[in-house]
Amino acid sequence: MVLLKMKFTQQRRVRLAQGLWLMSWFAVMCGAFVFCLGIYLKTELLRRDEVMENTEIHVVPNILMMVGLASIGTNWVATRVCQDSLDASRFPRWKVLLMAWFAAAVLLCCLLLAVVVLSYALQGRLEESLKVGLRNGIRFYKDTDVPGRCFQKETIDHLQMEFRCCGNNNFKDWFEVQWVSNRYLDFTSKDVKDRIRSNVDGRYLLDGVPFSCCNPASPRPCLQYHLTDNSAHYNYDYQSEELNLYNRGCRQALTDYYMDLMNSTGPGVLSVILIQMSVLFSLRYLQTAVEGAMALENPEGESEGYLLEKGVKETFKDVKAKVLDVLKFAQVDPAAAEPSPGNEEKTADTTTEKAATPTPAS
Amino acid sequence: MAVGKVTFTKTEREKLAQLLWLLNWISVLTGTLLFGLGLFLLMEIQKWQEVMSGRGVLYVPHMLIATGMAACCINFLGAQICLDCADTNRFLRWKLVVMPYVAVTLFFTACVLVGALTCYSVRGQLDEALLVGLRNAMTYYKDTDTPGRCDLKRTMDLLQIQFQCCGNTDYRDWFQVQWISSRYLDMSSSAVLDRLRSNVERKYLMDGVPFSCCSTLSSPPCIQTRLASAHLNQNHQSLWRTGCRQVLLDHYTGLMRSIGLIVILIWMFELLVLTGVRYLQTAMENVLRLGDPDSESDGWILENSLAETAWSNFNIIKNLGKCYQVDDDPNINIQTTTGQEVPLQHVQVSGSR
Repeated sequence: MVLLKMKFTQQRRVRLAQGLWLMSWFAVMCGAFVFCLGIYLKTELLRRDEVMENTEIHVVPNILMMVGLASIGTNWVATRVCQDSLDASRFPRWKVLLMAWFAAAVLLCCLLLAVVVLSYALQGRLEESLKVGLRNGIRFYKDTDVPGRCFQKETIDHLQMEFRCCGNNNFKDWFEVQWVSNRYLDFTSKDVKDRIRSNVDGRYLLDGVPFSCCNPASPRPCLQYHLTDNSAHYNYDYQSEELNLYNRGCRQALTDYYMDLMNSTGPGVLSVILIQMSVLFSLRYLQTAVEGAMALENPEGESEGYLLEKGVKETFKDVKAKVLDVLKFAQVDPAAAEPSPGNEEKTADTTTEKAATPTPAS
Repeated sequence: MAVGKVTFTKTEREKLAQLLWLLNWISVLTGTLLFGLGLFLLMEIQKWQEVMSGRGVLYVPHMLIATGMAACCINFLGAQICLDCADTNRFLRWKLVVMPYVAVTLFFTACVLVGALTCYSVRGQLDEALLVGLRNAMTYYKDTDTPGRCDLKRTMDLLQIQFQCCGNTDYRDWFQVQWISSRYLDMSSSAVLDRLRSNVERKYLMDGVPFSCCSTLSSPPCIQTRLASAHLNQNHQSLWRTGCRQVLLDHYTGLMRSIGLIVILIWMFELLVLTGVRYLQTAMENVLRLGDPDSESDGWILENSLAETAWSNFNIIKNLGKCYQVDDDPNINIQTTTGQEVPLQHVQVSGSR
């Protein structure tokens, strides 16, 4: 019971070959597009590398880049196959390769699907990574004289100004770390000494934030210090003041940014999957139709094209049986070791041959 | 004695026509490029329009946009003309239009050159506009409740953050304006009242700067207040050191210089196309004069030398003004010598039959 049989006249075969050649070149360009998408995503993630603790999320752009390159290669092969398909002398050399090609195309589609799923599934891991990275960034903000951490201040300042965010979850995260280095504290001042003494660890904590948290859209000049003290500033209410600083946390801002980026690439990736699948099916039809035509007495006559020679279940059983045969022969080797290694090799060879050659046109 | 005379065979004329057709289409593309550059410059200037006083600087992008559109139209027409020029029959259609077309294109090419030169000459005007504009922006920084000026604070802050600058020439410009609105000043505090009283115009001036002057490159946390007191060197470090006027001036002059360079290249290309069209026009006209469409003909830039052409044009203009004066008519104002009238005699006509 053949799956999805279609009749092909010579003219239809020619049209199919031409259309498929065009579509394969289009698929090559789609592969290049996927590769570029991967590179863009990777550079965006690398730019904020310093506030991310692990690189798990990088698997998304890495897969995109690999799939893009592989897709360019496979679809280029498809164009060559199309060019040779109408020439009876050159087509048979592609027979063996085509099975591998189909497997590769299916694998590519699965990987692309996996990318779409991963970009949603890894959101939690991204948030975790950002949480730890930002916490470290805020902690080491003051260490501009420690090698390896001297750029944290600049990084965090730029981040807060570019993404219009403050702190990890919100601006109160800055109240819990000492972000003013001891080098710039005047230890003779009474205020400084009091503050340090009142803290258990001897840290200089204050209810103030760095200048990069300031919101330019606020009607009032920025209030950075004594934020919880209503009496420190005229006409100021800590609870109801909304515009003075940025309200959202940088973790939320960055997660939103990256999720938006990956979501907007979703439709593009899905359409590339569709295009690849249509190239796959069309090539299968072309292959079976051309092989059928070559087996006829009149090569220019009508032939049949189909997706699978037998039904889905039967083909699956066949493939499973072949694979088990190969495995069984491989396992029998140690038990019946010496006696007939030549024999077993020969039978193993014939089964692999049978598995390698495509389901014959018969 | 013609200027730049070249002899063209029939095939050469056809090749020239085809080449000019292609060049005219390329000129249409460069015209679109010119238009695009003008649009880009317009958007860049309008981004920071609020810190520039007066709209005088806008004439540069407007000129580029107009020249770009004109270039597209003129070169499109030129392409049509050159397409028909290869064939003498079809050239007759355009015979009357070609000379005015060449004149208009010459004028237009001059406009392109003027456009390129304005890109280089606008620096002085821009400097003036920025000086006054930034001064106003800083004065109205605090007026976030006045309609029409409520956005100046945000613009000024974003400007200082993006271009990494502070104040007009220096961060000290902020010491001379009141940038904290009276709404946020505690009028009951003695410190505030003292400061207000010590100033002639009752302005609250302080030796502090807004947060947007803070430098991200400095190691110490930003010190915005009490800048005039001791530790002057330290304070310098945590603020941006350049003035916004200089930074913006450099930014826009750099932009306009590169645009000016591209426009000059486009001008040279247009001049080349114009020369080609002039040669083709004169060659075709000479072919028509000779009568034989397959013969060789001469093409030139000017029929006579430059001095003669200038003199003849000058004479034409001079004579235009004289058309109502008839001084050289010999029959006018001559007195009749005899004052007698000749009596009328009835002359009998001997009619012969």
